[in-house]
Amino acid sequence: MGSRVVLREIDLEIGPRELIGVLGPNGAGKTTLLRAILGLVPVQNGSLMVFGSAPTTGNAAIGYMPQSRVTADGGRLCGRDIIAAAARGERWGLPWLDLATRRQIDWALERVGASELARRPLAAMSGGERQRLMLAQTLIGQPRLLLLDEPLVNLDPRHQGEMVTLVRELQQDLGITVLFSTHELNPLLGAMDRVLYLGGGQAALGSVDSVINNAVLSRLYGTEIEVIRHRGRYFVMLGNQELDHSNHDDFFEGHHAPV
Amino acid sequence: MLQYDFMQHAFAAAGIVALLAGIVGYFLVLRGQSFAGHALSHVGFAGAAGAVLLGVPPLWGLIGFTLLGGFAMGLLGDRLAGRDVAIGMVLTISLGLGLLFLHFYTAYATQATAVLFGDILGIDWATIRLLFGLALVSLIALAAIARPLLFASLQPELAEAKGVPMQWVGFLFLGIVALTVSSAAQIVGVLMIFTLMVGPAAAAFNMSSKLASGILLSALLALAEAWGGIALAYQTDWPVSFWISALSGLIYLLSIVYRGWRDHYPPDLRASALPNIGV
Repeated sequence: MGSRVVLREIDLEIGPRELIGVLGPNGAGKTTLLRAILGLVPVQNGSLMVFGSAPTTGNAAIGYMPQSRVTADGGRLCGRDIIAAAARGERWGLPWLDLATRRQIDWALERVGASELARRPLAAMSGGERQRLMLAQTLIGQPRLLLLDEPLVNLDPRHQGEMVTLVRELQQDLGITVLFSTHELNPLLGAMDRVLYLGGGQAALGSVDSVINNAVLSRLYGTEIEVIRHRGRYFVMLGNQELDHSNHDDFFEGHHAPV
Repeated sequence: MLQYDFMQHAFAAAGIVALLAGIVGYFLVLRGQSFAGHALSHVGFAGAAGAVLLGVPPLWGLIGFTLLGGFAMGLLGDRLAGRDVAIGMVLTISLGLGLLFLHFYTAYATQATAVLFGDILGIDWATIRLLFGLALVSLIALAAIARPLLFASLQPELAEAKGVPMQWVGFLFLGIVALTVSSAAQIVGVLMIFTLMVGPAAAAFNMSSKLASGILLSALLALAEAWGGIALAYQTDWPVSFWISALSGLIYLLSIVYRGWRDHYPPDLRASALPNIGV
């Protein structure tokens, strides 16, 4: 990250068996936070503890779903082979898989309903199907913590809803902790235990109502933020523009997604 | 045609090299580094020409220069913006250098043709042993890094998070590619490396989405193209390298047709679609 400080003065603790929605506009530091937990980004001041110790790369207790996609030519392989390559893929030698690992891959695919899907090449899958496959991948190796980086991006509202429901089910059934980053709050409503809001280089953690309100968000950003509630949905406004979308979709991807 | 020693040599050498090139080429295509492989062969040309000038066997010059080139590319790595431009520059400078070496060494131009287009009918037992050794070293090295290489190629960000030493893996792989390029240049020449290293692998990707069968297919297609090329050259007296490249191109075209057919009639539709053809 060079010498840029992305987040400063965050003080928080996340317990086991929680689904935390990591929210905030693009560039707020959501990915950086996840990468710091993975040990990929150094923490300059203060301390970050993951399961009671300093973060290191290769932590088998963490399942990670990065935002980036599989490389173009690799996408011509079938889904199962792609996620199988990630199973203990850091070891040297030939990519043989023992029976236990193969069973675990089958189980993970079954768990997210992607067993049939995984026979097709990744390139032939829809966005929602790919995300489901990649979610299965994070389950291999029995992780206690899942870090999901923007799994809802580029999904339509129906698939967003399916993804959120699936993640919540897995989190509760398996009794694990999930950090679910997204720049859209509304699809996660009702499915998350607490929200971690990143903005203006700072962070706030708590229940949705205790974080997503005028006072807290205005303090984070250092400017007046208005939170509008309409039909059970939240809209975070900076002046007369909606913050989340004006900072992400319109600017960088040029499409206007309805909430 | 197998009663001639030179034909036996040709089949043996082409067999070794084709299997190696087919397998390594599969990973090259998977990683989207075909162009790097192409560039390495041109670096090898400068090396081979330089070796001829110094009176050293061209193969040693090839190996030395491609290894150096591979390591240099590995060091620059993905961080290098505009990789294609940088690789393209190295490629042309190498060709120019090779040309200069040939300019100083004017004794016979056949050496140059052999390096550029291959000279499989002139291969002796010593070279075959050397090729076998190169293939063995390359395949053992590939077997040692295959797992993290595959992971790093498919999902670089995740592989990094899981602790794969990305630079080392990329670096070692380019070393393997360099040895493969040097071997393949003995058969089809530095200008036609693509026919054995990229053609069969690209066709395999069109025909199978399974990793294991894809690698096997790539190796077998390369073998079929190399041996088929020698047999056709024997019948027609046309250059071996021409036939290998022609077969490589033909098989690649057929694989595209096959993929189109398969995508149009997926397995579950095929049963219902086939009877209609008869109607």
